[in-house]
Amino acid sequence: MEELTSTSIPKKGPSVAAIPSVERRMFLRALGLTTVSASAFLAACQNSINDVAPKISGARISAEGVSFGEGDFAILNYAYALEQLETAFYMAVIEKKTFPAGSKEEMVFKDIHDHELVHREFFKLALGSNAIGELEFDVSSIDFSNRREVLNTARILEDTGVAAYNGAGPLLTNSTFMTLAGKIVSVEARHASLISMILQPGGALFAGDYVVDNNGLERPLTISEVLGRAGKYIKTPINPASLLALESSKS
Amino acid sequence: MNLFGIFSQIEKADAEAGDKLDFARRKMLKTATVAAAATPAFFVGMVNKAFAAEGCAGDAVAILKYALTLEYLERDFYRAAQFKAGLLPAGTRAYVVQIAKHEAQHVDLLEGVLGLKKNELQPKYNTGTLNAALADYDTFLTYAQALEDTGVRAYKGQAACLLEEGSATAKVALPVALRIHSVEARHAAAVRHMRGLRVWASSGENGMEADPKVYAHEDMGQQGGADLEGYFNLPENKMKLYTPEMAKRTVYESFDEPLTKDEVLAIAGPFFASMM
Repeated sequence: MEELTSTSIPKKGPSVAAIPSVERRMFLRALGLTTVSASAFLAACQNSINDVAPKISGARISAEGVSFGEGDFAILNYAYALEQLETAFYMAVIEKKTFPAGSKEEMVFKDIHDHELVHREFFKLALGSNAIGELEFDVSSIDFSNRREVLNTARILEDTGVAAYNGAGPLLTNSTFMTLAGKIVSVEARHASLISMILQPGGALFAGDYVVDNNGLERPLTISEVLGRAGKYIKTPINPASLLALESSKS
Repeated sequence: MNLFGIFSQIEKADAEAGDKLDFARRKMLKTATVAAAATPAFFVGMVNKAFAAEGCAGDAVAILKYALTLEYLERDFYRAAQFKAGLLPAGTRAYVVQIAKHEAQHVDLLEGVLGLKKNELQPKYNTGTLNAALADYDTFLTYAQALEDTGVRAYKGQAACLLEEGSATAKVALPVALRIHSVEARHAAAVRHMRGLRVWASSGENGMEADPKVYAHEDMGQQGGADLEGYFNLPENKMKLYTPEMAKRTVYESFDEPLTKDEVLAIAGPFFASMM
């Protein structure tokens, strides 16, 4: 099978080292990756640090954590990580029997699990040696006996997935990857819509105003916002520095 | 975000950027030809990949106009449905109103981005087709599904075009297109759900189809060079699925496929008074 090898994309994605040292230190500081002494310059940066750090505080961030790689591979690994999380969540829903065996809801969750697993395996196969490993998850904070909580968590995960793809998609440089991401994100949007219709039959939640703005555009999320939502479930320490640098360089 | 009126500013910037881009590209191609041996592999790859997207509606402006045409059709289709007495059964109106609202917002947004007057590019419709599509509730849903699933595929097909173009206009248009794309997918799922169908597209799961072209080449076993159909045909991989007996369908459903501009217009064509 042909892998999406490193030779197939322009390696123009910036590395952490390539961005100006001021910004770089800001990032590392925001991530808690370094203990830079309090200088005047850092104090001046304090506002932006305060903006970013709390949002990703739920994730286990470490300099030695799993790095997402550079350029387009960082974005694809970001998607791969989210697909891994979704698969783990849906598997827990089925294994913990939130919904009665044979119920319509159980079938929906099995279907969605299977799509997420296909996405997960796709990224693993396509990224090949550029793929991050299998992450460990901890979803024990979710009460799987509470049907409503499980449905709401599923909705939030799907909404987050769509918003993550929409937010990070424009950071891609390779058009083949863009099309592949597009093929997946609309399936995630269908998941989000379906779960919302189970939560609110006959209502407008499937494309609610909380996810779609007044221009009819789905609200995107930045990488730190996504990690703020999903990070609490990711047990494996991660190092999203290269990912965040990519986003910052394009904004 | 205020996108309105931004286009007129971009257009000026683009006139220059376009020249620079052309120059850069010509230079790049020349470099690749003359000094191919000394050029790193990834660079050659990039040059060869330049403007490789297929089925583009043209440059970013043409793509936005193409999207606008589809949005006009969707808006006016749902508007007519809303105002046709007795068409929508009780309990279905909230879905339709929400979808109609978004389509109208998409029209307003795209007109604004393009610097157009209200309804400036609104097409003339074939009223025969439009009325027939609204004959009764079931027919309305059949066509609504066709328009939504086609819309998803249409936007998906242009994303690579916008990325490759890379002009200032394309850079504004790309996130807009992506963010409309996922809203259309939410709509598509809702309409399919209203028909009691699976909300994902694969053959045999689309109910009565308005036009088989809507789901042309939607069943793909290969993605990005990965043979997923073969992979999930192996017992050790198939058993990871909760519905292993439906492995093939699951692979097809997990990816929505793009359509080219020509494919989309062949589907939407009958709605317009004259083929574009």
